[in-house]
Formats: sequence, structure tokens, C-alpha cells
Amino acid sequence: MRHFVLFLAVALLAPAFTGCGYNTIQKNDESVIAAWGDVEASYQRRADLIPNLVATVKGYAAHEKDTLTAVTEARAKVGQLNLGSDTLNNPEAMANFQAAQGSMTSALSKLMVVVEKYPDLKANQNFRDLQHQLEGTENRINVARVRYNDSVRIFNTSIRTFPNNLTNNFLLNLPRREPFKAEEGAQKAPTVTF
Amino acid sequence: MQLFSTPRRAPTNPPLSGAAMQAWGISLLALFLMTLPVLPVSARTIPAFKGYVNDYADMISGPVEAKLEQILKSFEHTDSTQVAVLTVDSLEGDPLEDFSIRVAEKWGIGQKGKDNGVLLLVAKKERRARLEVGYGLEGVLTDLLAGRIIDDVITPRFKSGQFDQGFESGVAAVIQATRGEFKPAQRSSRRGGRSESSPLFSYLLFGGFFISFLGQFSRKVGIVAGAITLPVAVLLASSPGWLILLFLIPVGALAGLLLSIISPIFLSGSGSSGGSSSGGGFGGFSGGGGGSFGGGGASGGW
Repeated sequence: MRHFVLFLAVALLAPAFTGCGYNTIQKNDESVIAAWGDVEASYQRRADLIPNLVATVKGYAAHEKDTLTAVTEARAKVGQLNLGSDTLNNPEAMANFQAAQGSMTSALSKLMVVVEKYPDLKANQNFRDLQHQLEGTENRINVARVRYNDSVRIFNTSIRTFPNNLTNNFLLNLPRREPFKAEEGAQKAPTVTF
Repeated sequence: MQLFSTPRRAPTNPPLSGAAMQAWGISLLALFLMTLPVLPVSARTIPAFKGYVNDYADMISGPVEAKLEQILKSFEHTDSTQVAVLTVDSLEGDPLEDFSIRVAEKWGIGQKGKDNGVLLLVAKKERRARLEVGYGLEGVLTDLLAGRIIDDVITPRFKSGQFDQGFESGVAAVIQATRGEFKPAQRSSRRGGRSESSPLFSYLLFGGFFISFLGQFSRKVGIVAGAITLPVAVLLASSPGWLILLFLIPVGALAGLLLSIISPIFLSGSGSSGGSSSGGGFGGFSGGGGGSFGGGGASGGW
């Protein structure tokens, strides 16, 4: 009979265990990782556009050397970032990532301002295509960041509210995730319209 | 109240200066903070989904609207790809891209899993147009192609005031780009949303086994276990009111008794009952199918 009571206790506690948020926390953690994957993919997409863009602009605006060099350098720095979910768990790598991508963003918006002076370039079909691709990519980055922040918010809430916080403190010990902070002037995407 | 129309701008009132301005600024800020929890983050409300063509700004003439509706309907039947058109009078300060993806996601244009939806959004006052492309079509209707459709097909016609032609040829270009990418779902293989089934089913199954196991020892134990397990399972799967939980106790007890009686049969041959089924909205036009969007597409002005 004692045996049986023990069994009863264990069997009743087992489903209660899923109710303490263990699964929820794991699920939310996975969705943060997935959302982060989208963020990286869309930044990667932008980086892939740069060489083509620089080459096209060079053809028309060769003496805008400084701006073009800045873009190329920022691109190189972005290329050196090692990606993967390690970035997510390492605050330093995360800060590096944001800094590198931020300087890429500002170098690109400078380039887009410079381009204003070259009507031939702006009329070039290749450049217009690139411009649409760049706009689309910036938009995707924006969407991915917003979604990442949403998933981070859900995750952080789930590890801080009762009873999940107990589960996290005693079992999982997952740290709080950091959302993207808005960069200076990043309220709106760089305007590439003319 | 300038603040309410443009909430993002910092309150700067040149005529006031010094302490007066500070006090004014603080009270404005306080007022703003008070309204924050009430106001949604995004200002512009999303218009209701009426059909394939949602001409809120009245830019398309009646016959053309009906024709487009027909074209898009038959396109969905042959390819399952959903293309929706929305015209609005004004974006009310929202960024075009932001509003567009919110509409597309809210309406759920495209089939779930295929993500094959396209939204053509036109803002009349801002003179801006955008093609929002679902995940599943980003491969064929790339940003580049969407940009060309906006730049070369739609906006030149809008510029000269030929809105009907602009919409017609724009929709035709989108259809041409996306045709053949997806096949319509076979009606015979209608699958419900299996992945999203409630955990209640698994809890009940587990509980059933548990009770049957206990019921082998004695019927009383089975009844007690049933009376406990059923409310607990429902409580875990959803958040019912306590009245329902109270009601579930005798129900659980009865189920426990029944399971205890039939447990030998139940354990030897575990039967499985059918799961829930919720078919995707196909056929009649009840709205979007639940496709998702990731910000692909292109915008342009005229």
C-alpha cells in the first residue's frame, strides 16, 4: 500500500511538473533562437548585396572613394563576425554584432545620400534593382528585429513570472536575453527614396 | 493637441521658454505617459477584409473591381496563391512598410504552410504603393521583380491618372510572376491543424491509462483518481473557471468508475479516437488562409 501511495504521488506530480513552465520556457527559448536565425539571415542578405552595389556605384561615381571605402570596410567587418547561436549567449559577441551592423547601416545610408548627385546612376536599371533589393532587405531586417524582440520579451517574461522563475532558478538557469536597442536615428529605415 | 497626431516627435514649442516650457513639457510628457498604456503601439487601424479587392479609397471603378475580383478568385482556385488588393485613403502617419506587413499578417493572406500570399497596398494621399510578398513567393516574386512591377507597371499608369489600368496590369504582372509556383490543395487530402492540437488530449490519454492502472487495484481508488485527474488535466491544458472544475470532479469520478470496470479491456487493446479537425479555409472566400510574411516585396511612389 505504501508503494502504491508513492506511485500515486509521483503520477500526480508528473503532469504538475509540465505545469510549472519547464516546457514553456524551453519552447520560448527555441523561438528566440529561431527569431535570431532570421535576424542573422537578413543581415547576411544585406551583406551579400554590398559587393554588387559597390561595383555598380563605382561605375558612375568613382571619385566618391571615401564613401565607397567606408562601405567596403564595414562590409569586411561584418564578414568577420562569427555567426550562430553562440552570439546569442555571449553578450560581448552580441554587442560586437550590433556595432558592426550599425556601422554598416550608417555607411550604406551615407552612400545612398551621395548617390543623389548622380542622375545617370539613379536612372540605371541595375542600380534601381539593387536599390529595391536593398530596401527590401532593410525592411526584412527591421521585421526580423521586431520579431526577435517580441520573442525575447515573451521569453524573459516566461522566466521571470511565477512559477516559471522557480523552475528556471532551480533547473534551467537560463539568463535573461537582451533585446535589440534602437540605434541612433534607427527609428525609421534609411530613406533610399529620391 | 499636436502631440496626439504625431506622438513620436518631441514636444518643442518655440514661443515658450525657460521654466514655463519645462513645466509645460513635463505636464505634456505626463499626459503622454498616461495615455501610453491605452494607445496601441501602432496608430492606424487595420481595415476589415472584404474580398480580394478592398477598395477603401475608391480608386478602382466598379466593373474593373468586379473583374479583378473574378480574376483573383480563379487564380486562387488554380494555384492556391492568394493575391489581395487594398487601397486606403491615408496611412495616418504609419510607415508604409509597417502598415503593409501588419495588414498582410492580420489578414493571413496565402495558405498556411505555403505562405503564398501577395498584398498590393496603395495609399492614395501619400501616393505610395507597395507589394508585400509572402515567404513562399519570395523566390519567384523577388524584391527586384516586385520593384520592377511597382516602378515600370503600376506607378507610371498611376502617374497619368489611369488607376484602373494600373491595378489591372499590376495584378496581371503579379499573377504572371507567381503562376505555376503552387498547386491547389487536393480536396481529398484535407488535413486539419494537427500540429496545433491542444495538449488536453495527451493529458486525458495519460490520465486514462493512469486511472485504468489504478482501477485494477480497486474501483474506489479508480473513482478517486478520476475525480482528481480530470480536473487537473483540464486545468493544465486550459484555464477554466472553478465552477467548471467543480463540475468536472463528479464527471471524473464517473469516468474513473467506468474505466475501472473496463480497464482490463482498455489496457489490452488501446483504442484511439479521432483528433480534432479544422480544415484550412479554401473554396468560399472567408478570408486569408494564414500565410506568413517576412517583409519581402518592394515599394514605390508616383
